[in-house]
Amino acid sequence: MAEVEETLKRFQSQKGVQGIIMVNTEGIPIKSTMDHPTTTQYANLRHSFILNARSTVHEIDPQNDLTFLRIRSKENEIMVVPDKAYFLIVIQNPTE
Amino acid sequence: MAPKSQKQKSSGDRKNSKRSKPKPILPESEEAETLNMESMGHPEIYPLVLTTQTQEIFNCRIDEDVTDEQPYKLIKKEDIFADFQNRAAVSDFYPVRKVIQEYPGDELLVVYDKDFRYGLNFYLIGTEEGKENYLNPPEIAEEQEDYKEHIIEDLYVYRPPVSKPWVSLGSEKEIEEESVKESTKQITYMISRKRSKFGAPIKFSDQNASSIKDAYIECTAYPDRNFTLKQLEKDVGMQVVPKVKDTSTQTRWTYPKNATTQYYPREFSEEEKEIFGQSKTLSDFLNNVSISVEIALQQNEIMNPFVDDWKCLAEEESTFGDKTDTHLKEYQSFTDLHNLTEKMVTSVSWHPTIYGLIAVSVAVRLSLEERVHFSGKLLLQPSLILFWSFSDPIHPQLMLESPDDIFCFKFCPSDPNIIAGGCINGQIVMWDITAHADRIENIKTGGSRSKKATLKPMFLLEPDSNKEATYIRHCAVSSIENGHKKVITDIHWLPDTFEINRMGSVFENRSGICCQLVTCSADCTICFWDIRPQKALTPQSVEKKKEENIEIPFDVPSTFLHLDLSWKPLTKIRLSKGETNLDHCPTKLSLSEDNLCKSQDKVLLAQSKTVKAGEMNPYYNLEGGLANHLKPIEDFCTKFFVGTEEGGVIYTDWKMERDSETGRLMAKKPVNLYTVHDGAVHTVQRSPFYKDIVLTIGGWNVAIWKEGVTTGPLLQSSCAPKKYTAGHWSLTRPGVFYIGREDGYIDIWDLLEKTHEPAQSQNICITMITYIKPWTFSAKQQFIAIADYYGTLHILEIPWTLSHPSTNEVSSMNYYFEREVKHLEYIEQRKKIRDQEKKEMELELEKKKTKTYQKSKEQLEAELKRDYESYLELEKTTLINLGFLKVTEKMSFMDL
Repeated sequence: MAEVEETLKRFQSQKGVQGIIMVNTEGIPIKSTMDHPTTTQYANLRHSFILNARSTVHEIDPQNDLTFLRIRSKENEIMVVPDKAYFLIVIQNPTE
Repeated sequence: MAPKSQKQKSSGDRKNSKRSKPKPILPESEEAETLNMESMGHPEIYPLVLTTQTQEIFNCRIDEDVTDEQPYKLIKKEDIFADFQNRAAVSDFYPVRKVIQEYPGDELLVVYDKDFRYGLNFYLIGTEEGKENYLNPPEIAEEQEDYKEHIIEDLYVYRPPVSKPWVSLGSEKEIEEESVKESTKQITYMISRKRSKFGAPIKFSDQNASSIKDAYIECTAYPDRNFTLKQLEKDVGMQVVPKVKDTSTQTRWTYPKNATTQYYPREFSEEEKEIFGQSKTLSDFLNNVSISVEIALQQNEIMNPFVDDWKCLAEEESTFGDKTDTHLKEYQSFTDLHNLTEKMVTSVSWHPTIYGLIAVSVAVRLSLEERVHFSGKLLLQPSLILFWSFSDPIHPQLMLESPDDIFCFKFCPSDPNIIAGGCINGQIVMWDITAHADRIENIKTGGSRSKKATLKPMFLLEPDSNKEATYIRHCAVSSIENGHKKVITDIHWLPDTFEINRMGSVFENRSGICCQLVTCSADCTICFWDIRPQKALTPQSVEKKKEENIEIPFDVPSTFLHLDLSWKPLTKIRLSKGETNLDHCPTKLSLSEDNLCKSQDKVLLAQSKTVKAGEMNPYYNLEGGLANHLKPIEDFCTKFFVGTEEGGVIYTDWKMERDSETGRLMAKKPVNLYTVHDGAVHTVQRSPFYKDIVLTIGGWNVAIWKEGVTTGPLLQSSCAPKKYTAGHWSLTRPGVFYIGREDGYIDIWDLLEKTHEPAQSQNICITMITYIKPWTFSAKQQFIAIADYYGTLHILEIPWTLSHPSTNEVSSMNYYFEREVKHLEYIEQRKKIRDQEKKEMELELEKKKTKTYQKSKEQLEAELKRDYESYLELEKTTLINLGFLKVTEKMSFMDL
């Protein structure tokens, strides 16, 4: 538990990081550093997108798998790391 | 009788049709049947021709015995037989002889057929019935219909049908023909069999038909020629009908229905989250993932991969005109040729809204002594503000009169028809040109005329009736006693968002228009004025007002009548230098343009503005003293910059405070005072891009200040070879400003290019430049108005490079200023460090000095001892060397 917290803190201390959310495969947030409404919103919206991206990669080549997903927008960058059981979503505000 | 007769008629028709043909062929023989009127439906009627002889015999002469009333005659049968005997075939009755013979009755009826209804002039009725009918027509006769109707009700007698003998009319023959009769006799066969054979069980067996002879008889089909008929014609019925197809479907009618869905996201409860948090899988997952995430996060920090370098590299490509062209181009110049005295331009202002209109204030070029000397002459000449338009370089459009030379003036920002100016004698003058507003707005129409005018030589232009410039008198001047005592050097309208009261506290301006002015003059005071009428009017001023009501000429608008000659300033601030009597003499002001009010109360202002829009002009309905019931705005910046005659820049506050000793309202002491310039400061201006950057120009150098940085100017230029006499920021480029010199040159400074000297220098005229004012009309056209000492106004066009900022110019300038601020701070710190260092060095020096003195006694003794010991050693070695002492017998003297 402490390990988890520590890792999360490390991420949070990076420059520009706005928030971290951990979600299970169904899209229900488990842990988050942001406020509740934002968390729910992000988790819900991201969920289908992640699954879609994953299935895209799988369909084209079944051997292939999604390792990292990055969405760059004007304001910030949203990064998603998928795994078998969980997803980790990090929102960062890039410098400049 | 009628239906029967009809039937008979129909049968008779056929009979007659059959017999009509043979009839004319066969002569009327005796065997032929007699004519009767079967064809007409009256078989009992036999037409006759009765000659006059016959008529005489039978007494049925026409019109004598047989008349219209009684057209019939009953003739006895015997008479007709006698006639037959007498005349035989000649008798007229001969044709109907047989009928007469068969006639049952005695008397026959002969009727006169006047109208030849039956073809001949008489006719005989051959039956008793007919006779009866004729003589006694039945009551259903056509002629007696009316009579009949009356009678029917009275005399309806039921007569049961009486059977009459059937009269054969030939129909039985037809029936005979039509009926079907057997032509041949029917053949009967009788077949018998033994009774025992009936009902016996039957045994069926199969047999091939072809095996036994004659077991079957074949009737093969063969085409029989007799029966092959070729149908040559066929009757087919056709009808043209439009093709119609009927189909039907059943549709479901959908109608809009309100449907709502309510949902909420699935969530885990806290305990579940805890469980998850504890699970090992989670920590494993994080460990695996953390590395890549960190790399990604750091990547973003290092560099932005989505930056389009190409775009950032290039500057604006769409240039207008030549990029190398950086000179100001001469566009137009205005000189007032009518007035002959040598005048100089003191102030220039573009009209805020109308294109191409520029106002210039001129003053006489005389020093004080000369003014006094020529004062009589000067009074005759009016002091003017001239309005020039691009379309007409010779004649000014409007000329505003003032009591004395104007040294500064400004258009009112909320209403460009109101102009406030400061005079050389310390009065403020107000003009209202609303009446002539349309004239100056439509100046362009006069342009064509002016073109024509330029063809003529100048002296013919004088009597040009269209171009008579109107002299507009001022509509208000301030009170001479209460205002400034010396020349007003600067005048500004306060922005329409706030207003000030006597104490200097700031209130929200509810009227939405500029109603306050601030002026500074050479008598070391700064005054705030309000153009609204003050509520508390002393009786003196009322009397004065009444006097003036008579004097004012009729064509002057009465907008500021309440102010005329009785206008007092709201507050007066004296810039004192502290204890000494000499005060600062302000030359120019720069107020902070704080738009604090705007964001908060924009709605309210807008509302009040809409209310006011219904009225004609807010300036006509001014109401003063409204500030009393409003709360003052607390955190409003009431400080401003003042440039002085001596070359100092003061940063002071206009809020008054109560002096603790005397109890009077006193101006606060200035916050900061910097002596930077060598001569009078003639330009104190805020940058149009940055609210806290101020440019001050005076003497031989330039300084840029940032409000809030109290250590000094951000930039201070070195002394220039020529004195600077005018200056202005560029309106579109944040790092550019223009400075005018006393030799008629313009220095264009570009802070992004060079900060130690001007980027460009250009000659405009031969004399000192007195005023510079740029103005933007559109993105492509930017002008700069330069006024000189000889009274000429030059309009130049600013080229593209000087008017268009590069893409990052604002931010670059920001960086520059920040850097400069940091530099100043660094200097401060360095100063401190240096001070410290200096102190330390001094300390060290002192320490050194004391050190040399403090060589104490013990040290001396120790030194002496050492010397002595070394001397002893020396002695010993010398003795050994001389051989006085043996080395082996080493006895130190010390031991002894």
